[in-house]
Amino acid sequence: MPEQIPMQNLSFNQRVDRDLNNPALRTHFREAMDFLMDKRSHSFTDDEKLQSLRELGSSIRKRALSKLPDLLEQLENKLRDNGIRVHWAESSKEANQIVLDIAQHHGAKTMIKGKSMVSEETELNECLEQEGIHPVEADMGEYILQLAKEKPSHIVMPAIHKSKEDIAKLFEQNLDDCEYTEDVDTLIQAARKELRKQFHSADIGLTGVNFMVAETGSLVLVENEGNGRLATTVPKVHIAMTGIEKVTEYLDDLPPLLTLLTNSATGQAITTYVNIISSPRKGGEGGPEEVHLVLLDNGRTIPFADEEMRQTLQCIRCAACMNHCPVYTRLGGHAYGATYPGPIGSILSPHLLGLEATKDLPSASSLCGACSEVCPVKIPITDLLRRLRHEGVRKLKKDEEPVIRGHGAKYTHTEKLAWGSWSKLYSSPALYRTFAFSASMMRGLTPSKMKGWTDYRTTPKPAEKSMHALIKQHRKARKGEPL
Amino acid sequence: MPDLFVNAMPDQTGSDEPHAEQPYTTNSHARVYPSRPEKIYLYGNCLIDLLQPEAGLDALKLLEREGIEVVFPEQQTCCGQPAYTSGYDDEARTVARMQMDIMSEEWPIVILSGSCGGMMHHHYPSLFKGLPEEQQAKYFASRVFEFTEFLVHILNYQPEDQGNHQTVAVHTSCSARREMNVHKTGWLLIDSLKNVVRKVHDHEFECCGFGGSFCVRYPDISGAMVNDKVKAITDIKPDRLISADYACLMNINGALDFQGYELKGTHIASYLWERTSKQAAGENNA
Ligand code: SF4
Repeated sequence: MPEQIPMQNLSFNQRVDRDLNNPALRTHFREAMDFLMDKRSHSFTDDEKLQSLRELGSSIRKRALSKLPDLLEQLENKLRDNGIRVHWAESSKEANQIVLDIAQHHGAKTMIKGKSMVSEETELNECLEQEGIHPVEADMGEYILQLAKEKPSHIVMPAIHKSKEDIAKLFEQNLDDCEYTEDVDTLIQAARKELRKQFHSADIGLTGVNFMVAETGSLVLVENEGNGRLATTVPKVHIAMTGIEKVTEYLDDLPPLLTLLTNSATGQAITTYVNIISSPRKGGEGGPEEVHLVLLDNGRTIPFADEEMRQTLQCIRCAACMNHCPVYTRLGGHAYGATYPGPIGSILSPHLLGLEATKDLPSASSLCGACSEVCPVKIPITDLLRRLRHEGVRKLKKDEEPVIRGHGAKYTHTEKLAWGSWSKLYSSPALYRTFAFSASMMRGLTPSKMKGWTDYRTTPKPAEKSMHALIKQHRKARKGEPL
Repeated sequence: MPDLFVNAMPDQTGSDEPHAEQPYTTNSHARVYPSRPEKIYLYGNCLIDLLQPEAGLDALKLLEREGIEVVFPEQQTCCGQPAYTSGYDDEARTVARMQMDIMSEEWPIVILSGSCGGMMHHHYPSLFKGLPEEQQAKYFASRVFEFTEFLVHILNYQPEDQGNHQTVAVHTSCSARREMNVHKTGWLLIDSLKNVVRKVHDHEFECCGFGGSFCVRYPDISGAMVNDKVKAITDIKPDRLISADYACLMNINGALDFQGYELKGTHIASYLWERTSKQAAGENNA
């Protein structure tokens, strides 16, 4: 794996070029995605059952979003009653500041972290380090990335782009008494030994959240490694960090959502750990003395305001869409240049970062629909990609409220004109006939350099006679008329 | 290797199973099909019209042979999909409106391409949502059938194979499968040819990389996809490659030709005609 070049220095096309031309990466992702696709399909063997479960999951998420402000208020009250402190953050910066304030209030020097994509989104680690607080990633994948100084390439399996050899080298260089070995168990044990030490000395535990239950005021966190369990119980302060959309109404909503999440993500009926946190320690129990929840907006209210785009927020972050995406499979996650890669990233990042910075993402898709087909909460991902393309090339009408930042970022006068003449041509049969006729007549002259096409394919030649002409001829012949 | 560490080391868990058949899931409810009509509209699609017109003619001959009166509206042009997927809704509507106007009688509209079918059946209603044409678009969409879907579900067509033994690879367009839910009808027709063996290729469910303007806007991503598709198809060494969608075929054929393969994909309409008519055997495809 070549050195990770900072993303902001490269354009989307440059990143695509870099990663497409890395054969090891290509093979690696193909195999990894095949593995994850198999896992999922082997756990959803009954299609009818799956479809009704998806229907249910989708309706649960839609219901929650339709009452989002009320549910968030209910959640906040319940959490407060339970003794959990709630903080609201409009931006990444605000969220990081809240975490920092809590840490500094406790004079914290170290923070042990369970997996949290939201903390990746806010770039919390960089912020903590600047203030002299040392974060340690305890999820195995995140731990590897922290050592390698890299960003996640997948939302469920952040280090999926790393090979066993990469990891062996990394551990050899960074861990005490860890010799180069490709034996996975030995590697994992070495990392775990190191992490155990950190768990006991960390001042604060920070984790993400999969679901928040408004009815009971609970935070739900699923994981397989036990790092979440430790991070939420061993240090005396636990900070949970998540996006405002993760709320669900009832405790009863959880079983279907969890079933959809874990089966779609890793093909597991349930994860090894399901943590449901409803309060700090009580009386003689174990657990943290303080529990905080940081709720992040960071642009999520933008799609919330639009009925169609709101569906983006139904996401339960299972990553099935990227596992099944033919583009993600070939690029890996880093080429997308955003925290959330793959199809979900391409519909979410434009809201979080604005269309200006992400204008390639909605377009870099063949709209094949594999993502929408597998999404456990039935987000119409391809429709949303198309909608974002539409917003990207549309100029706002006078006094129209923008539905997204960076509206019209892809608008160019030439392209608008080109589509204008296209629609004229194809809505006028007479013009179309002339065009078709001349295209057929000039078939020897078809430009052999069609941008992009001819690097991989020969140019199709127009037929001598169009279908219109052939059918006419066929009918005349049948009637015995002269051709 | 236990599941728990896959996030760290995926290559430890790689499975050796071939990725040939993805259990397809269905997004839409099964359609209710009308009984056999006397008359239909045939919609060719602009690519077939200009690049593979014989497929259109073969479809027409086949339908006529089944006793269906085929109306081929001369004014048909394009379904509007290129503009629609690029985000140019107004431009797409102008073109779509015209197609709806010239095929306004109650007859079924039979489409020779899954992606145009998907556009007309699945997207027209949303394209005109809230506009005066909404009802017209819905009615139009309800009459749209993809060619193989029409043959199987409405005509109950049973081809009588007259050809020699052949092996066939089938490529199903993503729109046919995911927007029209008709991936199985193409297989069914091929499987009902008694001298033809359908062979499954690796990642058969995966997109060929065409995606309309995607293939010229992001040529290298699209190129990587079509190259993989070509490799998967040629690996199984089929005698023929068949698809019900000419857009995909144009893409795959272009890449096959570029790489020097003799194999050239054929539209299913031509293939069915070729297999079932004695006179056509050598004529349509070498
Ligand atoms: S968009 Fe759907 S498939 Fe993709 S991560 Fe979210 S829930 Fe999973």
